[in-house]
Amino acid sequence: MNENEKKGTNRIVIPIGPQHPSLKEPGCFTIVLEGEKVVDAHIGIGYNHRGLEKACESRNYIQTLYLIERVCGICSHTHSTAYCQGIEELTGLSIPKRAAYIRVIVAELERLHSHLLWLGVAAHEIGFDTLFMYTWRDREKVLDILADVCGNRVNYGINTIGGVRRDIDDEMLKNMSKVLDFLQDQLKYYLDLALTETTLSARLAGIGKLSREEALSFGAVGPVARAAGIEEDIRVIEPYAAYPEIPVKIVTDTHADVFGRTIVRIKEMLESLEIIRFCIKNLPGGEIAVKAPRRIPAGEVISRTEAPRGENIHYIRSNGTDILDRIRVRAPSEANWHGMRHMLQGEYLADVPITIAAIDPCYSCTDRAIVVNSGSKTEVMDWQALRQFGIEWHKKRGIDLSAIKMPERKIYSL
Amino acid sequence: MFSALIKIFFFPGFLFMATYSLFLEYLDRKVYARLQNRIGPPWYQPLADLLKLLGKETIIPAGANRRMFQTLPVISLCATASAFVYVPVLGKASSGAFEGDLIIVLYLLTVPTVCLFLAGWYSRGVYATIGSVRTLTQMFAYEVPLFMALLAPALIAKTWSVSGMTEFYSKHPLYILLNIPALFVALVAGQGKLERAPFDLPEAETEIVSGALVEYSGKLLAIFKMSVDCELVLIASLISAIFMPFMTGIAFLDFLLYLIKTIAVLLFLALMRSSMARLRMDQMIGFCWKVLTPIAVVQIILNLVIRGGLAL
Repeated sequence: MNENEKKGTNRIVIPIGPQHPSLKEPGCFTIVLEGEKVVDAHIGIGYNHRGLEKACESRNYIQTLYLIERVCGICSHTHSTAYCQGIEELTGLSIPKRAAYIRVIVAELERLHSHLLWLGVAAHEIGFDTLFMYTWRDREKVLDILADVCGNRVNYGINTIGGVRRDIDDEMLKNMSKVLDFLQDQLKYYLDLALTETTLSARLAGIGKLSREEALSFGAVGPVARAAGIEEDIRVIEPYAAYPEIPVKIVTDTHADVFGRTIVRIKEMLESLEIIRFCIKNLPGGEIAVKAPRRIPAGEVISRTEAPRGENIHYIRSNGTDILDRIRVRAPSEANWHGMRHMLQGEYLADVPITIAAIDPCYSCTDRAIVVNSGSKTEVMDWQALRQFGIEWHKKRGIDLSAIKMPERKIYSL
Repeated sequence: MFSALIKIFFFPGFLFMATYSLFLEYLDRKVYARLQNRIGPPWYQPLADLLKLLGKETIIPAGANRRMFQTLPVISLCATASAFVYVPVLGKASSGAFEGDLIIVLYLLTVPTVCLFLAGWYSRGVYATIGSVRTLTQMFAYEVPLFMALLAPALIAKTWSVSGMTEFYSKHPLYILLNIPALFVALVAGQGKLERAPFDLPEAETEIVSGALVEYSGKLLAIFKMSVDCELVLIASLISAIFMPFMTGIAFLDFLLYLIKTIAVLLFLALMRSSMARLRMDQMIGFCWKVLTPIAVVQIILNLVIRGGLAL
């Protein structure tokens, strides 16, 4: 604050995070305020790095599947789908139709529960706890069907390389239809509420503006991009699983702000209900999985899926053994962080939490180990350099780890 | 002398207010929970919370002004308790009634808010500072409409005493209908005074953690919480005394009526809390000055005209 006093301004620097009631995961947002107005914001993420990508490189393909499912706690299915799709493409497997439909059903149920969760969190951020309680109550119903279908509320573990692990029977479908009808009424009510409740629209409209051009230049994905009028949905532009056979409408909006993102998400949930209904009606019979080989032929692949938060990209490189060579997960939140500083500038402090929440950030999916030197130069360390760095770091503190032998890793190059 | 002390400290004074504040807090939380489709706390929860806080360690931040930090909660509670002496609970007259006590009550009502501001200011935390500045900013928004709404009925009653107003309106119950706009203004501005949603900006949990009280803990926090709860009782009693002075003349029934009236006020406030999102500071100030204040001004003009026209 002293520096600012010298400059003669009334700037206050307030940290939001790493631990803060409005953040569900650690992240540090340093907000520079003039009165209640935000003049600048610094986005500090990286508190949740877990080294998952690296860990995948020392496990076989089936073990990696379970690890990849844990990239995100909310949209775990979309990650395992992207991973399985990639491996299936590398091996040339084509999965049974029934498996593809089950994947779509679980993916859409996941979208439902993720968007309901978001709606609740967003309502909580603007102090509307009643809506928060309502949406999370409805989300329980979705989680109940997911538990019914997959055996788990989150981290469903239904995908496997070559298909799915569990079948859906008629009783599950009947239960599902009942819940879908219930949700239809609820979602219509929420849409009505968002459009008519004045305090809600007063708090959401005009906040976190990201116009079509800005969204494109910052590379925004998912509901953030669609709320700016960009027709981008992997389910339509590059259909995977059973999506080629299912009519999917892209939900867009022209508000380009938090209000638009809310409307897009609620309408997307209504669209998801239609997709699940279509799947229930047209669920084909037959096998649910084909046998997959343990060793995957060498090659590299990019696999894309539409996560609830946007486009999810997996890059997989295999080297002909039963362990993959490199996997890179580009979670959707990673693409949406870039526009955040722009969205926060010129806002009121009161709107900061909801603006951050509006991209539905998922911190741990995004965090990677990238070394930042003096804040300007960024470099990515390779395995050897990282190990060397670790050894020296510990040496300075009096521990010598250089005697520990690490297995040699062959770098496969095409 | 002795009976006056009993009236001030026990019934209907401080002890009653403290007990009733715990009950109203329970009711508030329970109704709020039921409106949100939750079960809500058991009846002893507010008391349990209070006792728990009293038993906890009190931490005073190193940078804070120790003396102010410790005295402010007590001053806040004392101000609320003193104001309660002038609000009629049992029957038409309060225990300390005199001509002009309405002004005293309004003055004492401001003290807890100023205490909250100072508490945040002296805690020297970033969140506390922002919260306390918001407390003060918000006060300038709701204070004017709240005072005007409470003073407007006094114009017709031609008295500056809360007990006198109750006395007057219970004799002429039809005049109450004239004050309905003022009742609305008082309820909404009262919600702002109590810093409850949609006017809970000073303690907005998701923005500034818990605002002015963020550095408070243990006994000091317990006293502050108590004072906020007592303020709720005070506001509810004041509104029911001025705007709903229905009396039967039998002490026991009047007391029952008092409970029903204050609970009705509370239910309205709880409904408001559960059905709206938190406003932003500019929206809150705009609403208070552009909507509430004009209504209160019109009410005052109307009451002056009626007072002149009817030559009361």
